[in-house]
Amino acid sequence: MSDVDLTTALAGLTLASPVMTAAGCGGTGRELEPFLDLTALGGFTTRTITLDPRPGAPAPRVIDTPGSVLANTGLQNPGLQGFLATELPWLAQRRVVTVVSISAGTLGEYGELARRVGSSPGVAAVEVNLGGPSHDGAATAFGADPYQAGKVVHVVRRDVPRGVPVLAKPAPGAPAVDMARALAGNGADAVVLGAGCPGLAFDPDTLRPALGGGTGVTSGPAVLGQALRTVWEVHAALPEIPLVGAGGVRSGFDVVQMLLAGATAVQVGTALLGDPSAVRRITAELCAELECRDLASPADLIGLGHLPPATERDPA
Amino acid sequence: MTTGATALTGPVQTTGELLGVKRVGAHHHVTLVAPGVAERFRPGTFVALRVGGPLSERVTRASYPIHRVRATGAYGGTVEVVLTVTEADAAARWLAAAPAGSALDVVGPLGRPYALPKEPVTCVLVGEGAASAPLFSLAERLRERGCPVHMLLGGRTEAHLFGALEARRATRGVTVATEDGSVGIAGSVADLLPDLLARTGADVVYAGGSTATLHAVAAAAEQHGAWSQAMLCGGDVAMPCGTGLCHGCAVPVVGEDGVTRMVRACTEGPVFRGDRVRWGDLGRVPEDAR
Repeated sequence: MSDVDLTTALAGLTLASPVMTAAGCGGTGRELEPFLDLTALGGFTTRTITLDPRPGAPAPRVIDTPGSVLANTGLQNPGLQGFLATELPWLAQRRVVTVVSISAGTLGEYGELARRVGSSPGVAAVEVNLGGPSHDGAATAFGADPYQAGKVVHVVRRDVPRGVPVLAKPAPGAPAVDMARALAGNGADAVVLGAGCPGLAFDPDTLRPALGGGTGVTSGPAVLGQALRTVWEVHAALPEIPLVGAGGVRSGFDVVQMLLAGATAVQVGTALLGDPSAVRRITAELCAELECRDLASPADLIGLGHLPPATERDPA
Repeated sequence: MTTGATALTGPVQTTGELLGVKRVGAHHHVTLVAPGVAERFRPGTFVALRVGGPLSERVTRASYPIHRVRATGAYGGTVEVVLTVTEADAAARWLAAAPAGSALDVVGPLGRPYALPKEPVTCVLVGEGAASAPLFSLAERLRERGCPVHMLLGGRTEAHLFGALEARRATRGVTVATEDGSVGIAGSVADLLPDLLARTGADVVYAGGSTATLHAVAAAAEQHGAWSQAMLCGGDVAMPCGTGLCHGCAVPVVGEDGVTRMVRACTEGPVFRGDRVRWGDLGRVPEDAR
């Protein structure tokens, strides 16, 4: 692609493109490999890792809802030790830009996860998932309250080596502006916004919640508007904070919209469930979107949507 | 557009085309043009289809075990699947009604196939309804290896049987059962299996069906000292993505080390050793699961 350079600077990282995968939607990385070049990703975000292994939520865990899925996997993961032994080395060997998502129930656990993940070779960044580890992804005491969430990020930032950026991802439904201010104020290098809304669906036979875990998170194209609005509001209030926009991104123009709203990079999640090569397609579409607007870099679009409309032509 | 390694292993993603849908009793037999899938196929693998057309609001895929493939022919490589339309299954409804020529994205073949015996041992293949579909390609491979093959096919009624005629042409012994007794022996395949195992002295049982049937098959096989291989795709285990990304299809399975883990039916399966699956705990997360 001619003059477009997708290289993206995010919180001290240099990414091949602004299009990353989102936590919990890319498997261990191995599952995506048949469909795309993992090193071409802006970054690969792991599923959320907890200190101890978690077997996850009962079935069903993921159900179809209009333009979206409703999911509660219960953060199934092999635990820190299992992850470091079997999943991270595979990614590191292939030089994939790996963002490790972590979640814990106490500040002490967050500290231990931060120390051990942050000092492992092959970790490009740490993402603090403030939506876990309660079963339904709903806000725990940490995730709901900007003050508590800030304390978590403070601990993680303190225990992760300086050169490794810390991304913070508020719980779905948390007050975004207050949260972003607290997270950045406590050392988050970027804030991940918009990834899904708290959700619920009922089973027509049992007349009880359809998910095995009860409540869940709605994600997919249906939440794009909500995600854009969240990024927009946080960027308007706190333009200096680097943002990663997530939630419903499935096309090159969706990426453009996230950038216009104020994001520096995006995460693609649910789109992968229907199309495992989606990131490759989206990245190519983004190139075309930039090219047809004579833009050389995605950075040219960041926050542009907040400016007054461009005039059609110069008044002669 | 076809992606994937040059070696003929692992799945490919390709834009397929619906070649035709044939009504077979209570089921629909769907043929897709899907270049690249046929060459990589092994019995027991499955395809994950993007259904609903370009305007669909559906986000996930629908997964079906592969009935049969043809690597070459007038249309290029084709893949056949068999499905049963139910009110709750919007994906099957769409596939059954879609006009020939409809484009749809196909990913496959996915998952671990049926394990084939090294020795020419006697095999019993047990299928219930449309879930019998993957057993026919398997029977071919087993016969190539010199394994005597017996098939036990069941369904609610005659219309719910799949492939009974083809089975009669292809294998040494075919037993047919319907729950209403409309054809064959009245009863379920689970009722008839113990006797068939005793009669044939089978060493391996391969099965496709509802989880209740698979549970019964695994128990019967174990009682007779036979290995069992159970297919969890196409039955009642939902596979939202089919590719291992979403962790939506986790089932409790006991490992070599005796530890129960929640494993993805799409990547660790869809075929499991019957004695490894904790059938009574399907849909739950056992207390001791990791």
